[in-house]
Amino acid sequence: MFLVQYSNMNTTPLNIDKIRKDFPVLHQEVNGYPLVYMDNAASAQKPQLVIDTISHYYSYEHSNIHRGVHHLSAEATVKYEAARKTIQEHINASFDHEVIFTKGTTDGINLIANGFRGILSSGDEVIISGLEHHSNIVPWQMLCEYTGATLRVIPINDIGEIILEEYESLVSERTKLVALNHVSNTLGTINPVKELIELAHKKGAPVLLDGAQALPHMKVDVQDLDCEFYAFSGHKLYGPTGIGVLYGKEEWLNKLPPYQGGGDMIKSVSFEKTTYNELPFKFEAGTPHIAGALGLKAALDYCNQPEIGFESIGQYEGELLDYAMKQFESEGLSGDMEFYGTSKNKASVISFLLKGVHPYDTGTILDKLGIAVRTGHHCTEPIMDRYEIPGTVRASFSFYNTFEEVDRLIEGLKRVKKMFG
Amino acid sequence: MTINERQDELVEEFSMFDDWMEKYEYIIDLGKEVEGLEEPKKTEEFLVKGCQSRVWMIPAFSQGKLHFEADSDAIITKGIVGMVVRVLSDNTPAEILDADLYFVDKIGLREHLSPTRSNGLVSMIKKIKTYALIYSAKE
Ligand SMILES: Cc1ncc(COP(=O)(O)O)c(C=O)c1O
Repeated sequence: MFLVQYSNMNTTPLNIDKIRKDFPVLHQEVNGYPLVYMDNAASAQKPQLVIDTISHYYSYEHSNIHRGVHHLSAEATVKYEAARKTIQEHINASFDHEVIFTKGTTDGINLIANGFRGILSSGDEVIISGLEHHSNIVPWQMLCEYTGATLRVIPINDIGEIILEEYESLVSERTKLVALNHVSNTLGTINPVKELIELAHKKGAPVLLDGAQALPHMKVDVQDLDCEFYAFSGHKLYGPTGIGVLYGKEEWLNKLPPYQGGGDMIKSVSFEKTTYNELPFKFEAGTPHIAGALGLKAALDYCNQPEIGFESIGQYEGELLDYAMKQFESEGLSGDMEFYGTSKNKASVISFLLKGVHPYDTGTILDKLGIAVRTGHHCTEPIMDRYEIPGTVRASFSFYNTFEEVDRLIEGLKRVKKMFG
Repeated sequence: MTINERQDELVEEFSMFDDWMEKYEYIIDLGKEVEGLEEPKKTEEFLVKGCQSRVWMIPAFSQGKLHFEADSDAIITKGIVGMVVRVLSDNTPAEILDADLYFVDKIGLREHLSPTRSNGLVSMIKKIKTYALIYSAKE
């Protein structure tokens, strides 16, 4: 009955009802209520096209790639490489061999951190920010421990933005790498990455971007950004788990040593000398996640179809975010809420606390009402320390969420407030 | 009262409620009733590591019995922790070691015992049993 009213609020060309039908997991009850899935920043749901692609692959197309002369192997190889091509086009990489398949963002970052072991030495510095996910902190700590280099952290301001002046004073000739997230998973902040990259380049430092939270919401052009490395995960991008992408500029990927040794990454092996394969295979040791690559391609194909598109996705998610913030206010909840991450330029992530209520308590009651949110530190303990809180409740919207679901969240929070007040 | 009598008493109390809402409201009430620990007592030493809500528990041993005081920063956890203490505290180490905590399941709170909830409850029960083991060895 609210449909007419709400569909008017959606100013994008997206047909949300139709899109929701493409995501089977959304149509279930949890604790007696229709599921409201708002934990998209942790992992997004999969459209039927992704599920069918994987199922079809295992049913009719599976074989190992790059090694057989037989039909199935050749076909699977073609499909796997086609997936790489789709990703290359999607992120506008110069070459398809600059697209390395990984297990995910974490894997991609570790690959680079491992590669830099031979590059860094004591006196060198790696710069990260106070906004990073643990997976863009710990690999650099390990690298610094191994090489004797120093890890420098750009502080963030109260609304959850990188402080540019602090960054400018940190980058120097000693900086050997800058590793930053494109979009913060906890606070939603969209960093001014182009500017940050330019500043690093002025001092000759390469930049790695953790794009785990960017790809699901926006179109990313790695050539335009001019970053040296860009890592992201399939599962946050409506694709399968266990697959991800590391983009790297050709010259840099050629410079770095292989990460793991094994099959597929070699040109020739003898006990005296092994020569490594060229890009991208040098970094893809062993049988890869073929179904995952195909599934990720399907996810991109799904989002890039003319009726959807990342521009509309981003715009619609922004409308959900604005609507939620407006409703918190008009429903009289804002006064009882503390928001974390209020940058003007942010993705559809709302991190908050109901005053005086532990996030675990809020999350438990919302779950009882069929609403899935994330609670805790979101793998960003330094952000929690920055704000001196144990954790937050995080609602993260995707383009299959609706205004009605935002209302459910608000009703749920009112209920929580009443129970714990 | 034996451990099982105490558990049965709790199960009985909860049988009055037929929907989850009332049940949780009761747990919240129980949580609010738990006296908790004074701030200085909530030290690292007595912190039971759970990912999301923190639980502190202090054991004391006298006249052959183990006594526990506990607290948590989340009210629901505090309510459940309070129930665990009510069931297990002031028993002999041997009784505690033998105890089979069926009440959580019977009350319909099994989800809170799943290790993925990371609410410290599972670790707390483990810790209580460890204390019981240590003191039973001392006896
Ligand atoms: C910003 C950010 N970086 C890195 C990761 C790690 O991604 P994955 O676990 O898929 O490797 C995440 C996921 O939680 C993230 O949000």
